[in-house]
Amino acid sequence: MEQRKVMINVNNLNKSFGELHVLKDVNIEVHEQDVVVLIGASGSGKSTLLRCLNYLEYKESGTITIDGKVIEPDQTDLNKVRQEVGMVFQHFNLFPHKTVLENVIEAPVMVKKIPKEEAIEEGRALLKKVGLADKEHVYPSKLSGGQKQRVAIARSLAMKPKIMLFDEPTSALDPELVGEVLSTMKDLAKEGMTMLVVTHEMGFAREAADTVVYMHDGKIVEKGTPSDIFSQPKHQRTKDFLGTIL
Amino acid sequence: MKGLLLTLQITVVSVLIGTIVGLLFAFFKLSNSKILNWIANVYIAIIRGTPLIVQIFFFYFGLAELGISSYWCATLGLALHNSAYIAEIFRGSIQSINKGQLEAGRSLGMSTALAMRRIVLPQAFRRALPPLGNQFIIGLKDSSLAAFISSSELFNVATTQGSRTFEEMTYLLIVAIYYLVLVLLFTLLVNKLEGKISGGDE
Repeated sequence: MEQRKVMINVNNLNKSFGELHVLKDVNIEVHEQDVVVLIGASGSGKSTLLRCLNYLEYKESGTITIDGKVIEPDQTDLNKVRQEVGMVFQHFNLFPHKTVLENVIEAPVMVKKIPKEEAIEEGRALLKKVGLADKEHVYPSKLSGGQKQRVAIARSLAMKPKIMLFDEPTSALDPELVGEVLSTMKDLAKEGMTMLVVTHEMGFAREAADTVVYMHDGKIVEKGTPSDIFSQPKHQRTKDFLGTIL
Repeated sequence: MKGLLLTLQITVVSVLIGTIVGLLFAFFKLSNSKILNWIANVYIAIIRGTPLIVQIFFFYFGLAELGISSYWCATLGLALHNSAYIAEIFRGSIQSINKGQLEAGRSLGMSTALAMRRIVLPQAFRRALPPLGNQFIIGLKDSSLAAFISSSELFNVATTQGSRTFEEMTYLLIVAIYYLVLVLLFTLLVNKLEGKISGGDE
């Protein structure tokens, strides 16, 4: 296997909320163009791990390296880091007072200072890519959950991130809308985007993941290729977890 | 007619100043700094805890000596009075915006200040509009207290005319109708405004 660049390296990451120790010495490495899927029960620390990576939550100890740069909140411009690490949320968090296109061009224009015409052009291309070219002037409240999430993906991509984090992107969706979001994500994976995905969609993990990571109680229990994890999990905990959801 | 204009002027200017000062104290209350929290709490407690008429007289006797007109004394008194209530309105409306909105802005690389200005505040203002409209109406009626420091606004004109002609009840009735019409017109305006900007709410 060719040697690809390490995009994310997490070393002995620890994080607590008060008394609750949610991440315990977590180590993880994501190579460029890899799709890593994090699975595990609620409260196992998956989302927290994701949120630590773009510093929506501050780590307690350990090191986080993104694209070769060690990130320390007091020495690094976190706004710059976040421009390179896109994030898609469970509840979309679209800006309700802005149209679909305005949602997409907001950050490129306000943060990257890209000329508006250029941003609009790129924004339209992105909306076309996620299949929502005809919705650019619509407000988010008029969209279905699946459409909202696809706009959120386009909004994130508009910053041209090197890494995309997905925090349970389909958990808030009606079952019939899950497919459209997953297929957008699969397209993205095929294009070579480096992705870290927290999800309960095992079908997606099986199909699109290069690595599946199982977390339990703040620790990484097991990681491997989808076929290893799903067909022959080594740990009893992984077996139990898969038994409950498959 | 002149009294009407002065009433409107006192109200509008005091609510505008009150909005700016109120927004500032709302940020103080929401800030992580204990000192700023404390300053805002003390300010709001004092203003809300004392009668408006006392505040207006306070300004009148404090500032008139410095050559400041009774108009400005009344306006400033009302402005600070409004600001305490408006601060609470803004604090509530800002807190009511889902924190995912700020996070979404931050995750796109926006600074907190930029995300606040572009994402959170526009939504908070919308939610603040009905209570702000309410506060404006209260301010409009409270402006009648300026009569006590001899600003010749509506109420003062009415009572002066009333005692001059010995037809107090007539003039009081007239002034009441003036206020009522102003409030109704303003309510209509706020309703229109709300309808206009409610597009795109979640």
